[in-house]
Amino acid sequence: MSTGVVPEPSQRRRGKWSGSSRAPWGWAIPAVILVLAIVYLADLAGAWYSLTDWTGSDAGAKWVGLSNFAEIIQDSTARSALLHTLLIAVVFVVVANAIGMALAVGLARTLKTRNLLRSMFFLPVAMSPLAVAYIWKYILQYDGPINGLLGALGLKGAQQDWLGSPTFAIWAIVVVFIWQFSGLTMVFYLAGLQSIPIEVEEAAAVDGASAWYKFRKVTLPLLAPSITISLTFTLVLGLRVFDQVMALTAGGPVNATETLATQVYKQTFVNGQFGYGAALAVVMTLLIAIIGFAQLIVLRRGERQI
Amino acid sequence: MFSYTRRSLTREMLLIVLAAIWWIPFYILAVNSFAPSTTIGGTGLGLPAQPTFDSYVQAWQGNGNGTLGAALINSIVISAGSVICLIVFGSVAAYVLARRGGRFAGVLYALFVLGIILPYQLGVVPLYSVFRTFGLVGNYAGMILLYTGLLMPFSVFLYTGFIRALPRDYEEAASVDGATPVRTFIRIVFPLLRPITATVGILTGLIVWNDFFTQLVFLGGSGNETLPVAVYSAVGAYATQWGVVFAAVVIAVIPILLVFFFAQRNLIQGFTGGTKG
Repeated sequence: MSTGVVPEPSQRRRGKWSGSSRAPWGWAIPAVILVLAIVYLADLAGAWYSLTDWTGSDAGAKWVGLSNFAEIIQDSTARSALLHTLLIAVVFVVVANAIGMALAVGLARTLKTRNLLRSMFFLPVAMSPLAVAYIWKYILQYDGPINGLLGALGLKGAQQDWLGSPTFAIWAIVVVFIWQFSGLTMVFYLAGLQSIPIEVEEAAAVDGASAWYKFRKVTLPLLAPSITISLTFTLVLGLRVFDQVMALTAGGPVNATETLATQVYKQTFVNGQFGYGAALAVVMTLLIAIIGFAQLIVLRRGERQI
Repeated sequence: MFSYTRRSLTREMLLIVLAAIWWIPFYILAVNSFAPSTTIGGTGLGLPAQPTFDSYVQAWQGNGNGTLGAALINSIVISAGSVICLIVFGSVAAYVLARRGGRFAGVLYALFVLGIILPYQLGVVPLYSVFRTFGLVGNYAGMILLYTGLLMPFSVFLYTGFIRALPRDYEEAASVDGATPVRTFIRIVFPLLRPITATVGILTGLIVWNDFFTQLVFLGGSGNETLPVAVYSAVGAYATQWGVVFAAVVIAVIPILLVFFFAQRNLIQGFTGGTKG
């Protein structure tokens, strides 16, 4: 880092300078207090509530130890919510990243319309998940465009009540999720591709490498850091899935699309089970932390191998 | 200059077709928001025979639970208030962390970064009960305070990374000239932070604008509903009147479109640059 004219060389060496304009520690106080109170203290209190039977009343909370967690294990709705969350997250992560990477490779260089096309794929990312979900709710409803199209193609037998079917509803949510966020993974991979020197690709092309070989041996290894970022980011996004579910199915039909986040919301704010809801939130937090970190470690290791 | 080969031309055509398919939902949204409610059905892909603004009028007037116009103002006030607080408190805190260095600054920085990862669902219940006690549920002040706290880690993280890469020359020169820290920051440092301020503002503004969960919990039924909550209840009220629902969605999305077309670059930088670490 460049430094200008500084009166005391001894302090320059330590990368600091003492002048009257040195930033006072006090400036960090508002931000630190806000984060301690609204993030850390609140999360600690949430963890504490998970060990009580509090129902939000003034009567207060009674300590019940781990019984909320025992109840979660017994609760078939909670167990299936966990499975749905994992299913949505895993399928979403794999497919959205595959599509995003393909788009990024296709749109990385050369094409004249590349900037327009990138924007077109990226726009859904900026939209409210709720708004996106409502558009899709219409598309997927029984007398909506999808079934209309199937009918027009003479495939009446394939028509479904997509959101009303216990089998298909969860896949409908996955599709909506993929549609909205493939543009985000595309942007992560575009950023990675742009850091690859053009000479490297040209060298591979001159050597007569096939497109697939070039992708596998040149592009993919250099893209490894982007893969790590994109997979981690989308995984956390997937494990938190809430808005889309509330708007598309509200967890139905018959709990077929309940996720951890919708269960946290319903148990807490609909049923008033603050303690039980908090316990579910603890499970969700631990799940995100453990899976997120495990994935990050595995991917970092993988980055060095490919 | 790039010249097309048969292969790159095929690739471009393929991607254009794919992008067009990708945008069908937007087309459906736009077309049906102008269709008379009675005619929506079928494939929903045809253009309305008699385009009308009826759905917009009805959506704008709301369902008795407060108008969409009021919700729009609520969303603007809460988003703008949160963004201003995040920029003001985030930039000065990051400035201290980036310029002071040392172990204590490192610990504080780690505190902020870890805060990005913690999901907010865990803290929502205690926050709700404390906010209710202090009369902060259902009003602007409470929402702005909440979002400022929840997104502060993100703001400090982005600012710190930027300031660390910023040369100190100007600040040091100002210091030699005897400028006070406040004056140095306002006159010299903050203007240099403009690119990252734009990114922080747009990204956090978008997150607040689009957030549904927190607003549903803290504002639901308060009469101060924001756009996402208003759209959510509009769907409850007009379950089958898709024209009205779509008009409401379009009204909620227009500000996002404006931001998107003017500041797409900052948005993308916020997502990618910010996570590069």
